Amino acid sequence: MHPAFSVIFLTTLIGVGQGLFLALFTGQSYSAVKLVATQDSTAFYGIGGFIALMFLVGGLIASFFHLGRPERAWRSAAMWRTSWLSREVIVLPTLMGLIFVYSIMHFFEWDTVLYTSKEGVTLQLSLIVGTLGAIATFALFICTAMIYAAIKFLQEWSSPLTVINYLLLGTASGFTLATSFANANAPELLSLYGNWAIIITAVAFLSRSASLHRNANIKAISTIQSAIGIRHPKIQQKSMGMQGGSMNTRDFFHHKSAAFVKIIKWGFMILVFPTPILLLWIGINSESTSILLGAFIIQYVGLLAERWFFFAQANHPQNLYYQTT
Amino acid sequence: MTQLALVIDLNVCVGCHACVTSCKEWNTSGPAGFMTDENPYGKDPTGTFFNRVQTYEIGEFPKTETVHFPKSCLHCEDAPCVPVCPTGASYKREQDGIVLVDYDKCIGCRYCTWACPYGAREIDEEQKIMKKCTLCVDRIYDESLPEAERKPACVLACPTSARLFGDVHDPDSEVSIQIREEGGYQLMPEWGTNPSNHYLPRRKIRMHIHEDELQRADNPLNKEQRGPSAPVDAPTLDDSTSW
Repeated sequence: MHPAFSVIFLTTLIGVGQGLFLALFTGQSYSAVKLVATQDSTAFYGIGGFIALMFLVGGLIASFFHLGRPERAWRSAAMWRTSWLSREVIVLPTLMGLIFVYSIMHFFEWDTVLYTSKEGVTLQLSLIVGTLGAIATFALFICTAMIYAAIKFLQEWSSPLTVINYLLLGTASGFTLATSFANANAPELLSLYGNWAIIITAVAFLSRSASLHRNANIKAISTIQSAIGIRHPKIQQKSMGMQGGSMNTRDFFHHKSAAFVKIIKWGFMILVFPTPILLLWIGINSESTSILLGAFIIQYVGLLAERWFFFAQANHPQNLYYQTT
Repeated sequence: MTQLALVIDLNVCVGCHACVTSCKEWNTSGPAGFMTDENPYGKDPTGTFFNRVQTYEIGEFPKTETVHFPKSCLHCEDAPCVPVCPTGASYKREQDGIVLVDYDKCIGCRYCTWACPYGAREIDEEQKIMKKCTLCVDRIYDESLPEAERKPACVLACPTSARLFGDVHDPDSEVSIQIREEGGYQLMPEWGTNPSNHYLPRRKIRMHIHEDELQRADNPLNKEQRGPSAPVDAPTLDDSTSW
């Protein structure tokens, strides 16, 4: 497939936003049961929530560049019964609304305690909004990934690993960002976020490696024989039916050399996984916000490459009909 | 239920592209608006088409055969492009099974092109909406046309009658009979899309002549004795007679 930059930015940016929100919610949940120190509502959860929201807004803006007719985008909520894209279109603004409410509640300290147990554990209203947000976050990860995983003849995508990778990679980048944010605003949470960021990145490395291994050994179900229905082992296309190319030759190929694709693959395997883990480890020990922010930026750049490769690797069966490009 | 479709006979298609040009001509002049061309007279001409004829070489020289292969939307019975459309612009008509795009609802997100294994859909790069074969839906029901002309433009244009049009659900229609009797098949059956358009394979027309057909088997001379034939160099009647 042709990697469209609008979709690459959409999926990576909302991944960071979702991951960061999950990190904030995790922090608040831990502090609610007194596993970690309670943080400043305005400076940490309020500002952090707005940062997460900015990433989601950025992703939403990027998505509009993918549409031919963005002025009609509102129509795309119609077919949620059948289309994962439509479901994503509904869940993304829902999540943005929930994160907005969550951030506002924290920023202006409009929170109320709904229930206090005998041990002094409090249930705050923001935690309920946060729970709804966390559910929406997971729903959005599933919707985004299922857009790709639901197309059964794109064999590289049609796997549960696609969903797992989107979930883990987005969460990993969000937790990495949360680590550097915590170092600046809530040092008590540094090791919590830092350790989770390292663990999630390491697990994501395993699942992404598993999908790379799976895709390297894929046997194409469709062949040129089944595509044109002629039983002969040697079939060669002589003409595609057009001279100067068409959408079929532009939208379904990456138009890059095999060497370039290989560089991107190894590039993202280094940038997304070992480098940020190393920088996180150094950053946690030296308590350096700039090193931790560097870990996030490197991981994000790596994720852009990862997403490019994700699209480039998928081989659409329609390419069987367009082999002379 | 009716399912209109095309049956394309690869045995008689000569690859003249008349179906391509007639399709473009009809649909670019239709009420749904033009089909964009970019650089039509320039170096890399490109544009929106509903139908294309591709050419394949089967086998290895000298045992090769050229197959011309017209491909347009196959109007799948279980069309994978329809459920993925987020706006409902892509739909399959109940009454005749034609898969259509509502140009006023399409947002140009291209998800349906990903979901079509045949590459049958093309985005109009200027109007930014998805387009595809309509089976000339604006023509086949037009009662101002003589009944014989209420067929898709490509079918009417084909000089070798390689394209047939009809209801593949009606067992007695011309297309169903051809599919049944001439070995009609579907493209990429492995994805369960159940395409309505069918292709008729190459059929070799061979004469089977047996030896006993070259020799008259019931020649009575086989039972009676054949008369002695004269030596080849013996004089004939012409040689010995002055007439």
